[in-house]
Amino acid sequence: MRVAVHYLPIVLIVIVWEAVSRFGIVPTRSLPSLTSVVNAWIELVASGEMLANAAASIWRGGAGLAIAILVGASLGIAMAWWRPLRMLVNPMVEALYPLPKSALIPVTALWLGFGDASKILLIFLACMLPVTLGAFNGARGCEHVMVWSARALGAGRLRVLWDVVVPSALPELLNGIRTALALSFILLVSSELIASRNGLGYLIGSLGEAGVYDAMFAAVLTVAFLGFISDRVFQRFSQWVLRWRA
Amino acid sequence: MIEVEGLSHTYRTPDGRAVSALDNISLTVAEREFVALLGPSGCGKSTLLYLLGGFLPIERGVIRFNSTPITGPGPDRGIVFQHFALFPWKTVRGNVLYGLEKMGLPRADREARAREFIEMVGLSAFADSYPSQLSGGMKQRAAIARTLAVDPGTLLMDEPFGALDAQTRTQMQTELLRIWRRSPKAVVFVTHDVQEAVYLAERIIVMSARPGRIKAIVDAKFDREDPQLVRTQAFRDRVDEVWALVHDNTAEAR
Ligand SMILES: Nc1ncnc2c1ncn2[C@@H]1O[C@H](COP(=O)(O)OP(=O)(O)OP(=O)(O)O)[C@@H](O)[C@H]1O
Ligand SMILES: [Mg+2]
Repeated sequence: MRVAVHYLPIVLIVIVWEAVSRFGIVPTRSLPSLTSVVNAWIELVASGEMLANAAASIWRGGAGLAIAILVGASLGIAMAWWRPLRMLVNPMVEALYPLPKSALIPVTALWLGFGDASKILLIFLACMLPVTLGAFNGARGCEHVMVWSARALGAGRLRVLWDVVVPSALPELLNGIRTALALSFILLVSSELIASRNGLGYLIGSLGEAGVYDAMFAAVLTVAFLGFISDRVFQRFSQWVLRWRA
Repeated sequence: MIEVEGLSHTYRTPDGRAVSALDNISLTVAEREFVALLGPSGCGKSTLLYLLGGFLPIERGVIRFNSTPITGPGPDRGIVFQHFALFPWKTVRGNVLYGLEKMGLPRADREARAREFIEMVGLSAFADSYPSQLSGGMKQRAAIARTLAVDPGTLLMDEPFGALDAQTRTQMQTELLRIWRRSPKAVVFVTHDVQEAVYLAERIIVMSARPGRIKAIVDAKFDREDPQLVRTQAFRDRVDEVWALVHDNTAEAR
């Protein structure tokens, strides 16, 4: 019930959308009616096109993000723990941070072609930054008395990293991962629009070029929905992981 | 046995200032001795405990622990921190279990021991609560249980009862003495409460204001089994004496 109330504004937009196109206020060329979009969506699913392209996209996004999380989290925590690494990596992070990551799309395409690998590399490179920064800041914020506690209770130096530094870093790390998740969708779709022969981004682009606008909208909505769901699920997961917080 | 010789410590702030916290401290704590550390706020009591714990690098002087200089922290020296330092992502039970896991105790023993100590500090009903769900005094008791459960040979306690109400405090004092008798160990106990120091400790080290130096060492051997102890004249005289020493310290700092 509360969920229904929460998303009421979206229901309103959907109603307005349907009304606007049905009464011809906006030409269906620019905004196809919701019913035709839904029909197009069903057709895309039935033909297997939707699933094939979605699978390709999810694989790329998931793989890129997973590697980014693994490498970024390890790197960030190692940087907090070990000064020389921090001095080596920090300037690179600072230099890369303001770069619009979409500028790398042609670069990774040049290196690795139009297939999965270039997308995975792109998403990995871009998503690693917020994850690394989150892990780094979180680990640096770890109170030293907490580390001392663990040491005095018999934990070895390295063990403390896993037992104390990692959990202390979790709140900021999860925040970084959430940013990375959003970033991965942006880069996934834009790279597939520009340099790909399949995937949801490619589907949107090719349907748009072919003038099949209701199907194009169906693909756009699918991406939006996937982005929304993954963020919600991730938020839930974060809340569960951080259930110890007040 | 703990031997401290000529120990000094200087903190460096990030902007490069040097803060002298301890100056030329020498003391010994015998094998099974209960020592209290008294002194005005900021005189370096916590710092001394951190050095004994092996958490801070020793710059000047030595600390020997059973004749070997200490080089780092270890489970032979348990510590209760002034600000508890519980693991916020673990429940009370999880916190108490942590040290027991590191000891390599079998699971059933760990659980039983954790339960025993959580009960001792009166937190059985909160064993599955996270620290963020506890009051200050409850957190303090959880921290005490966590440290006592591993039964360290030396106990370093930094105002361990500071956040407790008078009644709980008395209870915890009794429990601590009971544990100390049952499993004798060296205890270094920091407190602001003169009466508590005289009641618990066999020897009281009074420190002067920053930089911390040892101002006086007072014997306080009493029969703690005597329920009337705190009302005896000898006890009250000792409290007054120590109080005067501490008070004098505070005046000096102004
Ligand atoms: N990390 C630090 N950096 C700089 N100075 C510090 C640091 N920690 C403590 N000090 C200084 O060292 C001195 C001793 O601090 P310490 O915490 O040992 O005092 P204390 O006797 O435990 O005080 P309290 O009774 O208030 O707990 C203080 O004057 C404090 O300003
Ligand atoms: Mg202190």
